Amino acid sequence: MHIDWIYGLIGGAIIGIAGAIFLLFNARIMGASGIIGGLVDGSGKSDWQERAAMVAGLFIVPGIVALLMGGAQTNVTGNLAVLVAAGLLVGVGTRLANGCTSGHGVCGISRLSLRGIVATGFYIGAGGLSVVIFKHVLGVI
Amino acid sequence: MRVLVSFIVGATFGVGLLISGMTNTNKVQGWLDIFGAWDPTLAFVMGGAIVPMAIAWQLTKTRKPVFADSFPAAPDPRIGRNLVIGSTLFGAGWGLAGLCPGPAVASLSYGGIGGLTFIVAMLLGMLIAPRVRTRLDQMATAS
Repeated sequence: MHIDWIYGLIGGAIIGIAGAIFLLFNARIMGASGIIGGLVDGSGKSDWQERAAMVAGLFIVPGIVALLMGGAQTNVTGNLAVLVAAGLLVGVGTRLANGCTSGHGVCGISRLSLRGIVATGFYIGAGGLSVVIFKHVLGVI
Repeated sequence: MRVLVSFIVGATFGVGLLISGMTNTNKVQGWLDIFGAWDPTLAFVMGGAIVPMAIAWQLTKTRKPVFADSFPAAPDPRIGRNLVIGSTLFGAGWGLAGLCPGPAVASLSYGGIGGLTFIVAMLLGMLIAPRVRTRLDQMATAS
């Protein structure tokens, strides 16, 4: 528990390096919701191979590494109604806002984008409120 | 080459998410749970990720991208209504499940039926998002 922040820092640096490679090589912003969303709603048709390759790497390789590590914990709730509601909110919300934790958070804040900073303020604030309401008040998660 | 780079970026991103603990929903909800057992890990992840990205943004000022003609133009700096509404909705869902789009895909192979349920709902949300956007814009012009 106490060394989790070291893993956080190392993992974070790896995430940042991935974003840096995407920007410097392909001139693309590593925003997960934008890349996936473009595949879903057809707005990313012109470069679908690149999007699909990115999603494939994101799906396949952590799975293999987790397997080599002897499995990984996600601790996803078993409450399917909560998961459906959460998934819909994340899907609609990230597309309306044009970004999520990776796009607005990592890529936006690092270029001191006001939009990224404001978006991050709102989703962390709403996330904190969501945990307070659904965990501490209603007790559903 | 751009497709190969994209695959490598996705793979690296995913391994970073796994190592950092961000595919563990307890750690994400722990960060958001300021009235519970607060977990600061996410701040270290963000800090660790922002440093290489900030260096990369600096490099874009003097260099050209390797496999593209130019770097993406800075987005419209205005803070729109959709940015605020969308981020609030996203945050609510993020807190509820402890998953956002990147980690949801990265953990799909080991997240069981729960992770799969979340992803399917998220993709559905992304599919209807353009219609929600149109409706919101109509409401704004009507009022």
